[in-house]
Amino acid sequence: MFPAPFEYHRATSIDETLALLAKHGGDARVLAGGQSLIPAMRFRLARPAVLVDINALHELSYLREEGGMLAIGAMTRDAALETSALIASKYPLLADTSALVADPVVRQSGTVVGSLCHNDPAGDWGVTALAGRAQIVIRNASGTRTVAIDDFLVDSFTTAVGEGELALEVRFPTPPPRTAGSYQKIERKVGDFATASAAARITLDADGAITGAGVAIGAAGPHAMRVRDAEQLLQGAKPTKELIRAAADAARALADPVADNRGSVEFKKDMAGVLVGRALIAAIGRLGVEGLR
Amino acid sequence: MNISVTVNGKPYQRDVEPRTLLVYFLREALGLTGTHVGCDTSSCGVCVVVLDGDRAVKSCTMFAAMADGHEITTVEGLVQGGKLHPLQQAFWDCHGLQCGYCTPGMLMTSYALLKHQPNPDEPAIREALSGNLCRCTGYQNIVKAVQQAAAETNAPAPEPVAT
Repeated sequence: MFPAPFEYHRATSIDETLALLAKHGGDARVLAGGQSLIPAMRFRLARPAVLVDINALHELSYLREEGGMLAIGAMTRDAALETSALIASKYPLLADTSALVADPVVRQSGTVVGSLCHNDPAGDWGVTALAGRAQIVIRNASGTRTVAIDDFLVDSFTTAVGEGELALEVRFPTPPPRTAGSYQKIERKVGDFATASAAARITLDADGAITGAGVAIGAAGPHAMRVRDAEQLLQGAKPTKELIRAAADAARALADPVADNRGSVEFKKDMAGVLVGRALIAAIGRLGVEGLR
Repeated sequence: MNISVTVNGKPYQRDVEPRTLLVYFLREALGLTGTHVGCDTSSCGVCVVVLDGDRAVKSCTMFAAMADGHEITTVEGLVQGGKLHPLQQAFWDCHGLQCGYCTPGMLMTSYALLKHQPNPDEPAIREALSGNLCRCTGYQNIVKAVQQAAAETNAPAPEPVAT
């Protein structure tokens, strides 16, 4: 299938991008890696009249730490995270995620910010962004604002990015000492949408108690969801098998998946719990605490 | 719109509709039918071409307009001076294909892999090719072929024979 006809603009600056987006309003979509948008257009699930291609904006392709945050630009591709020494050494949650998005060829084009803006219910980055307490920087002609990921993910395929706006970057707080994360996903085959997915990010204090907990699940609702009940259970507690089981059960209770040929509602709810458990065990294991399996 | 691309070292200028997908541009506008169309939905990898020397892309999921000003390498660009590329020779030697439909994508994904990782181990090869489907070979000989090509590419040049 071919996409419906559209008008193509290749932007050469952020200002030009914003001007084009302002001019075309709701008719326009930003084209970054295109790995979600182009298939959606081919299936006629999306029919933007105007595409503003930002692939030439090399200034939006970066991974940099500044002000206690890791900033990932709008044109930073998944493969850049997968091969980054900084990500491998300090951001295991992001390293895990970047290695599980779609397939290795798709990751050479797809972008982190583009995936967040697409906000597919089964997308990977929304789950990780919730667990990692990310923020999105959004710019329009009159200025820049920063939106917490919880407010950014509005509904399936809908985000806080409004007409005339460009998501410039996503920022992940740099992990404090004794912090690790993990992303877990079940898929029928490489490149398929997740059957279920989960992310966890845990900080331990010197006594081994949890002082920071981020837990989220994917493919279990209209978009990635924070498992607040699990986070509250974990906060202040010492990791035990029972605690992890309780956090996993909180994910099972929250999960509201749709049955399809990847699995029944019952199976997917269970997998949300299983994967939260695995993500917690892996994250805490990375901090040297074993014996939770 | 008018686009200029360099494909396998040769410059082309063509008028395209913005919605023209790169794989159809290569096959129908340029007549380069070595790049295949498979699933047409970014799943199978038979349409992989290499952009700007080292980036593997699924050409069914990229607009030709996005390639304007860029360099593309397709399977037709692998042969140099009438000699098969080491990857092509290795696929031949190792029987890395049966029906051959997936082969252009396998070759181009492997080509980009070797640009980034000249010496990949077997798990790295299997991972890199995990977005390329083959329904004949069971992948064993494809992996062997990539290993052989990597070994050959990295081998020191033969010593000149003393005369």
